[in-house]
Amino acid sequence: MSRYLKDRLATYFVFACASMSFLILLAIAIFIFKGGFPAFYEIGFFDFLFGTTWRPNQGTYGILTMIVGSLAVTAGSLILAVPLGISCAILLAEVAPYKVRQVLRPCIELLVGIPSVVYGLVGLILLVPAIRKIGGNGFSVLGASIVLMAMVLPTIISISEDAIRAVPSSYKEGALALGATHWQTIRQVLLPVARSGIGASIVLGMGRAVGETMAMIMVIGNSITFPKSPLDAARTLTGNIAVEINYASGIHESALFATGIVLFFFILFLNSVAVVVLKRGTYDQRIT
Amino acid sequence: MIRKIKRLMFPVAVMLVLVIALAGCAQSAPTTPAPPSPKPPVTTPAPTTTPAPAPPTPKPSPTPTNPSELSGTITEAGSTTVQPVAESIAAAFMSKYPGVKVVIQGGGSGVGVKSAAEGTVDIGAASRELTPEEATKVTPHVLAKDGIAIVAHKSQTVSNLTKAQVADIFTGKITKWSQIGGPDKTIHVIAREEGSGTRAAFEEMVLPKGAVITSNAILQPSNGALRTAVAGDPDAIGFLSFGYLDDTVKAFSIDGIPATVENAKKGTYPIVRPLLFLTKGEPKGIVKEFINFCLGPAGQEIVAKDYIPVN
Repeated sequence: MSRYLKDRLATYFVFACASMSFLILLAIAIFIFKGGFPAFYEIGFFDFLFGTTWRPNQGTYGILTMIVGSLAVTAGSLILAVPLGISCAILLAEVAPYKVRQVLRPCIELLVGIPSVVYGLVGLILLVPAIRKIGGNGFSVLGASIVLMAMVLPTIISISEDAIRAVPSSYKEGALALGATHWQTIRQVLLPVARSGIGASIVLGMGRAVGETMAMIMVIGNSITFPKSPLDAARTLTGNIAVEINYASGIHESALFATGIVLFFFILFLNSVAVVVLKRGTYDQRIT
Repeated sequence: MIRKIKRLMFPVAVMLVLVIALAGCAQSAPTTPAPPSPKPPVTTPAPTTTPAPAPPTPKPSPTPTNPSELSGTITEAGSTTVQPVAESIAAAFMSKYPGVKVVIQGGGSGVGVKSAAEGTVDIGAASRELTPEEATKVTPHVLAKDGIAIVAHKSQTVSNLTKAQVADIFTGKITKWSQIGGPDKTIHVIAREEGSGTRAAFEEMVLPKGAVITSNAILQPSNGALRTAVAGDPDAIGFLSFGYLDDTVKAFSIDGIPATVENAKKGTYPIVRPLLFLTKGEPKGIVKEFINFCLGPAGQEIVAKDYIPVN
């Protein structure tokens, strides 16, 4: 085989592998759109999205309660995870001595590797009885938010830490030379410059939170009502699909695919926001 | 770059060999045949003197049941109520016919009906009557009868409920234990997912027509999960198959009748439903053998331990 031919073949092979990911995404999109379209057609787009009752046995399919459940749990987990995560990122990037960093970084990376069902199990055995003592029956948005916080934390920490480290050292040196304390430098120079990376980490964490299924089913109670307080049970969009897909048929099954379509667009939106936020950061740093 | 690929090839090759070897090991373990047990072939048909009020059930036909002749795999899925008794019967069947493997799964009655209708499993299990639409797709075989108990935490002071009270609690009309003679706490209703046969039978027999379980109910995906949830929450109430009753939960007596298998057999306990095995069309081959075994004396003896036999 000529060198030219080998070169060409390698290029095509690599291109084919890369296009696999695009094709898989396309296949998934086609599959769920095909499955979910009958539901939108029969139930009506607005009735489905904004209907407040989900009772398949009665023929009512409205996912507003699930949308609220997903948003509540995501918001709850971010409220808990963002301060914790950014603080930890600052610690790792600026404050911690090398030995502490050597221990902490692997721990955080381990958190990513733990399967979500294990998080759900720990939440079920430890969190649910504890929350029951505070009020309600333990299966609650609060418990789900705490579990999700643990899952979202590593994402926020590692990406934020990289963003803070990426700030050119001239900024930090300049601030210190002007007489700023370390904390003043972090708060008023490093964090603002790193804000696009930190923003992107939050958005990516949000994406993970919205997509989490297994841990949610085990801790949130799966009831089809609006959660009126953090101690109320709820149901997430992902939990809705997982709990009912095994036995759903006909329009019910199609409605679950339609829930998948809603999730698909949600994640698409969040990822696009993350990309835009990241890009803006790079331009900022190039201008100065 | 070629050098890098050549260096990677050895560890990758070792890994591939290991993976294939392990896959091969996993395959061979379950199919090592046990020595055939020295049992005489069963040729006598089941007695025809079944009690009159029992629903018509097919009598097991006399077939050559030489233990070493049958082989293959039977898959079953569906109701979690049926699951434990199906597993016991399957174990007995597999020890009698070592060449057959029976796989029992859960998932709920909805899964049982759907899988049997689609042919994804050989036998589906349901713990409720079939709807007319479902009856066109699958054939039911009544395996046993089972009562549904209303359960609460062991420490619950209330012991008896009327059927009307049960309906009102589960539809959300009664919200506090104090309204039925208990402590002043909110009742935590725990129910099953919509595809559950236990739930469907409960709604059919206890709730007034058209009423639905309150949307505040916490939904658990199986009998076992519901029992664990009720056992852990002092203010909880739920419904559970008789076969799952144990000393971690307390069962209410309904209208004065305690929730026992004897009362269900007598017909005095009001909430009793059939447990069905479903097949797509008439069963054939080893599936037919298994169902005959379940309905025959050996299977019904196992059923009688926690449920009500039909033969």
